[in-house]
Amino acid sequence: MLSYLFAMVVRVLVGARPQWIGCKPTPGLRIYYANHSSHLDTLALWCALPRSLRATTRPVAASDYWNRGVRAYIATHGFNALFIERDRGKREGDPLEPLLQALASGQSLVIFPEGTRRAQALPSAFKSGIFHLAAKFPDAELIPVYLDNLYRSMPKGTLLPVPLTCSVRFGAPLARVAGESKDAFLERARQGVVDLA
Amino acid sequence: MLSMQEKFYWLFGGIGVLLAIASIVGGLLRRRLPDSATVANLVARVRAWWVMVAVLAACFLLGRTATIVLFAIASLFALREFVTLTPTRQGDHLPLVVCFYVLLPVQYLLIGDDWYNLFAIFLPVYGFLLLPVLTTLGSDTGQFLERVTKLQWGLMITVYCVSYVPALLLLKIPHYGDNLLLVIYLLLVVQISDVLQYVFGKLLGKHKIAPIVSPSKTVEGFVGGGASATAIGASLWWITPFTPVQAAGLAAVIVLAGFLGGLALSAVKRSLGAKDWGSLIEGHGGMLDRLDSVSFAAPVFFHLTRYFFEP
Repeated sequence: MLSYLFAMVVRVLVGARPQWIGCKPTPGLRIYYANHSSHLDTLALWCALPRSLRATTRPVAASDYWNRGVRAYIATHGFNALFIERDRGKREGDPLEPLLQALASGQSLVIFPEGTRRAQALPSAFKSGIFHLAAKFPDAELIPVYLDNLYRSMPKGTLLPVPLTCSVRFGAPLARVAGESKDAFLERARQGVVDLA
Repeated sequence: MLSMQEKFYWLFGGIGVLLAIASIVGGLLRRRLPDSATVANLVARVRAWWVMVAVLAACFLLGRTATIVLFAIASLFALREFVTLTPTRQGDHLPLVVCFYVLLPVQYLLIGDDWYNLFAIFLPVYGFLLLPVLTTLGSDTGQFLERVTKLQWGLMITVYCVSYVPALLLLKIPHYGDNLLLVIYLLLVVQISDVLQYVFGKLLGKHKIAPIVSPSKTVEGFVGGGASATAIGASLWWITPFTPVQAAGLAAVIVLAGFLGGLALSAVKRSLGAKDWGSLIEGHGGMLDRLDSVSFAAPVFFHLTRYFFEP
């Protein structure tokens, strides 16, 4: 119920119209990865997914921002978030562990491999998490996603979103290349998002 | 004399019959030309018209407040489309937030509050002066004038001009209390004019009026569609405070203002590098693609009616 209401508010504010360019909204193990420019990204991408897929897809959210007060309530009940610890000091063991468990139990993920928000149209370099996830789950489809306009709607340091029409573009699954180096993989993955821009 | 309720049912009954005919024609055309993109677009447009008419009818039945809220929402979507196509920078965030969350709601609250004097100057005076001040707080002077101007322009068209439609409810015309019917009259003449110009243009159009700005507008479309819409406007005099001749004159003004508005906003749209304002309404494009002619016709119709028919 709350997540339904939420989806409506997000639709009015930023449109979040899905465009399935390179793939279809089908079930199956997937890792959606997108450029990150605003706090609205997670919500917009989540709302762009059909309801049937939302039940089995978990956006990965930074614990230091989302796991606090009202935001934690929204993250947990609104979009079924999976928290990740960004702060190295607070980490115990592998920070990817909860993500790996979710994938192992058949849940798809939404991740933002840049690790932090950048107020720019194109994504900057990816962090290596996505490489490790991909290596451990060779059968998961890696779907590049491009979110346009959101960095204009709610730039870093602002509280209220400006209503804008944002589209959420889903690309073709990233091809798997055997024996590819980490850097080459990350650059190719990033290019997948850039190509949708 | 028919009561307002009866007039309302006759009007919407008539529109329903027209749309039913359009749906049947669309269905027949699709059977004959299943691959035609024009026919597919026509069918989508008619279907969207059903939805728009149903929403309008529901709001009018609910009354004055619902109608004001409906146009506030329409303004919100139109402004959203305008801002989406306009390049904004981080320094514009505060003025944008104020436009959406303060200026827009206040403009419509003033209608609800029946405060005409402030309604008429709120955005052209206070909004106009406030926006550049707020933009300076962003500490970014790059393209300052362009950025402020675009915001002021978007606000004037999508909020100020569009709000003149429900502002018709503010008019106090002697021996006439059915101002909701005046709202329907304006919308009906503008939209029928748009539709008929499109139909006449597709059937007979040869001479383009403005090939670069708006390639679909033709002399034949404008003359045929405009004249028919004026005639329809005149024949609807019974829902207005006007005589048939006055109704024809005002309908002609609405048609002309609407046509010019469509042309001007088409140029704006192209200068922003887009073909449609958005994709909110299937087959039609965005909210502003439907409201472009309304935004020019509404203020003109309002002020002419106010000048000549309010004591």
